[in-house]
Parts: sequence; C-alpha cells; structure tokens
Amino acid sequence: MELLTTNNVWMMLCAALVFFMHLGFSFLEIGLTRQKNTINILFKNFFIITMGLIMYCLIGFNLMYPGEFNIIGGGYLGFAGFGLDAAAAADLTYNEGYTYWTDFLFQGMFAATAGTIVSGAVAERIKISSFMLITLIYVSIVYPIVGSWQWGSGFLSTLTDNVGFYDFAGSTLVHSVGGWAALIIIYILGARKGKYDSDGIAQAIPGSNIPLSAAGVLILWLGWFGFNGGSVLSADPANTSLVLVTTCLAAAAGGLGAAFFSRFLYKNLDLTMFMNGVLGGLVGITAGADQMSPNEAIIIGAIGGIIVVLGVSFLDKAKLDDPVGAIPVHLFSGIWGTLAVGIFGASAGFDQFMVQFASVGIVGLFCVICTTIITLLVKSIAGLRVDEKEEIKGLDIAEHGTGAYSDFAMK
Amino acid sequence: MKKIEAIIRKAKFDEVVKALHEIEVNFFCYWDVTGRGNEKIGKVYRGISYSTKDIERTLLSIVVSDSFVDKTIKTITDSGKTGEVGDGKIFLYNCEEAYRIRTGETGNQSFN
Repeated sequence: MELLTTNNVWMMLCAALVFFMHLGFSFLEIGLTRQKNTINILFKNFFIITMGLIMYCLIGFNLMYPGEFNIIGGGYLGFAGFGLDAAAAADLTYNEGYTYWTDFLFQGMFAATAGTIVSGAVAERIKISSFMLITLIYVSIVYPIVGSWQWGSGFLSTLTDNVGFYDFAGSTLVHSVGGWAALIIIYILGARKGKYDSDGIAQAIPGSNIPLSAAGVLILWLGWFGFNGGSVLSADPANTSLVLVTTCLAAAAGGLGAAFFSRFLYKNLDLTMFMNGVLGGLVGITAGADQMSPNEAIIIGAIGGIIVVLGVSFLDKAKLDDPVGAIPVHLFSGIWGTLAVGIFGASAGFDQFMVQFASVGIVGLFCVICTTIITLLVKSIAGLRVDEKEEIKGLDIAEHGTGAYSDFAMK
Repeated sequence: MKKIEAIIRKAKFDEVVKALHEIEVNFFCYWDVTGRGNEKIGKVYRGISYSTKDIERTLLSIVVSDSFVDKTIKTITDSGKTGEVGDGKIFLYNCEEAYRIRTGETGNQSFN
C-alpha cells in the first residue's frame, strides 16, 4: 500500500508535468510565428487540451486500453464502452504503479500532445473550425487506436513470435502519430502566403518572439521529465532515475548537435535550430529512454538534433511549410528514435530493428490514410484555409475578432 | 525660430543627446523611425538567408531660437558622425510660432 502511494504520487506529478508541456508548445508556437496570429494559436492550444481530455474520458481511454479486442480481434480494435468506470477505480489492485484515475489522467495528457504537434505545423493559415474538426477526430479516434496496438497490448506488441515492437514513451505512438498528420495536412493545406517567391525559393518568415519560444522549449524539456519519467509507470528507483538521465543527456546532445551542424551548414549560430535540436534529441530518446546507456543516449540525441536541421531544410525545399519545425522534430526524429531501439541499447538486434522498421511503416501508413480521409472530408465540407485577405490581416482579427496585444502597433 | 529634424543612428543617440545638453539644448522630442535607403542588412533565419532594406534610426525634432540654429546643427553633425554611409540627415524648417500651454507664453520664451 505504501509502495502504491509512493508510485502513485510520482505518476500524478508526471501527469502534471505533461500537462505543463501544453504551455511549452503554446509558447514555442507563438514565438516562431507572427504576432497577428497569436490569439489563434492560443485558441488552438486551449482547444486541444480541453477537447483532448474530454474526448479521452468519453472515448479515447477505453479505445486505447480496451482490455479485449472485441471489435476486430487479434489486437486490432477494441472498445470498452463510453466514459470512465468508477467501479474499476475502486479496485486498488488495478496496478502496482498507479490507480485507475491516475492512469486515465496521465494517458489523457499524452493524447492531447498528438494534436498539439499538428497545431504548430499548420499555423497561420488554417481555418480554426476545420482545425478543430480534424483534431477532434484525430485525437479521439486515430491516436487511441494506434496506441492500443502497442500500449493496449495489441498486435504491434507481439508483432513476431519472439520480438515485439518497443516504444517506451511514444517516439512513434505519440510524436510520429502527430507528425504524420501534420505532414499530410500541410501538404493539402499549402504554404503560407509569402513563404515561397515566384521562383519557388523559400523565404524567411521570422518568428515574432524568440525569448518566448526559448521559454517554451525549456518548459517542454521540463515536461519531458514527466513524459518519459512517468512512462516507467511507477517510481521504480533504478528505472526512473536512468530514464531521466538518458532523457536529459539526449536533449543536451540534440541541442548541441543541431547548433554545431547548422553553424557548419549555414555559417550562423542559429538559436531556433539549437532549440529545435533540443526537442529533436528529446523525441529521439523517447522510444528507448529506459534501454540506453548514457553514452548511447548522447549519440541518439545528437543524431536527432542533426536530423532536425536537415529536416527543416528538406521541408523548405519540398515546399512543405512548417513554421515551427514540428515535422522534423516529431516525425523525423521520432522515426529515428524508434529505429534506434534496434541499433543501440538493451534490445538492439537485427530482429528488433526489423520489427521497429515494420512498425514505423504500419503506424505511418495508417496515420497517412486516416489523415488524408479526414482532411479531404473536412476540406470538402468546410474548406481548409482562410481566404487570402484574412491570412494577410492575421487570423486573430479574422477568426477571433481581436488582437493579442491590442495596445501595440501591429507589424 | 527654427525646427531642426535630425535622423541619426540609434547607436549615436546617447552621444548626440549628451552633446546637445552641453550646448544647453535640453528640450526636444524623439522617436524611433524605420526608413529605406541604399543599405541592405543581411540576416539568416532557420537556414534561409534574407536581407531587409528596413533601416532603423532615431529621429530628433528640436525647436530652437535663431541664434541656436548653427551650433545645434554643428553639434549634431559632430557627435552623430561615424564617417560610414548611413550617418543620417538633418532638415531645417521655419517655425511660425510656439506656445507654452501652462502660461500662454509665445516665441522663444515658450521653450527656453
């Protein structure tokens, strides 16, 4: 009982830390975009965390942890009914690491992050109503179904007879799931006006508040103590401490990797790349945070940071406009981190690598198909983009009727 | 009575103000201005090089009596100068009348 209490306190603290990440995401996104879209970004982020929690309570939790796969057997789709189950909550033998309520809260905070990743990539041009509709469906249904395949003991967790997919805290299940959606939506949505000149050359649209972004990144890093630390699913001393160490080392290596690599590529000490690199390192280590030695964590983080720098430049060339670098950070580095479990650490091996590789593909394909269907459907019903005039004027005035800093001049 | 408008480098602002105080020109308005000229400023954002022609300067607006005009202009010219392109410009205008709101004084009395 005392052990349960200790474990449970840690898990609740982690749930609170993951909650705090939503502030980090908001700050990062506001800082890397223009002032005229600030209210719109905050509105999206408030919507995600509020809608995410409610929907996870009503549908998501029981879709992600169905117990038995009663709709499509074999670990593909199950649903344990609407809403939370107070009877299950009364049973304190539910898990040795946490109570039923804590389980819901911790997982609910995770669910919303998948939607927040999309928010950053589509910023400054998506219609708020369409964004809400797409993320509502995505966070309520697509995210929990993918999660159930692994964390709900579905088919990915036993992909081959002897080796199952391994994704400790969700490089694939959370970050790539968000990243794939972001990639497809920005492809359909198109770039912001002014991002490409008439020759198709990428232009800089500098962010409005870099200090705020910096605060956001450091808050996200803090939140990751809960994101990865809580994914131990107990306060197990050895595991939890190791996970926090690998997480921090990967973040540090990711930042430095990105900073030096972008210095090498662009002859410039770029702070936003430094910050994105920290996040790339964090996403990279997330899949194997409990599997890696400190040195391996540093290597994984550093490569994650370099991938982010290459990813930002690749997206610019591919005419995919991602104002905050959500896709390099969450998708590219998420794929890297997932594969890294097969290359480094306790479970490294060819079979593990192939399972990781196959799982990235399966999850990717499912997310791409779902996002394409949802986005095209919403596009045909409600449209996807604000019109050009509204985009120029800014989404704050066009969609929300007021600016973020009404006493200041707008640029 | 003349109005002097001087567009100076932001970095030279403190120096110019100090020099003006030394010749007892203590009252003026100023504000930050953005303008265009020949200068281009190279910048890099997330790996993309770009340049902006927006040039930031500070504009001083000073009303002085006729006897102060020459030394005020000389002071600004001397203290605001670096010798590089972009040191700024000074414009001189006639000022028809000046009033002190509190007392109703006019002319030189109103600002000395």
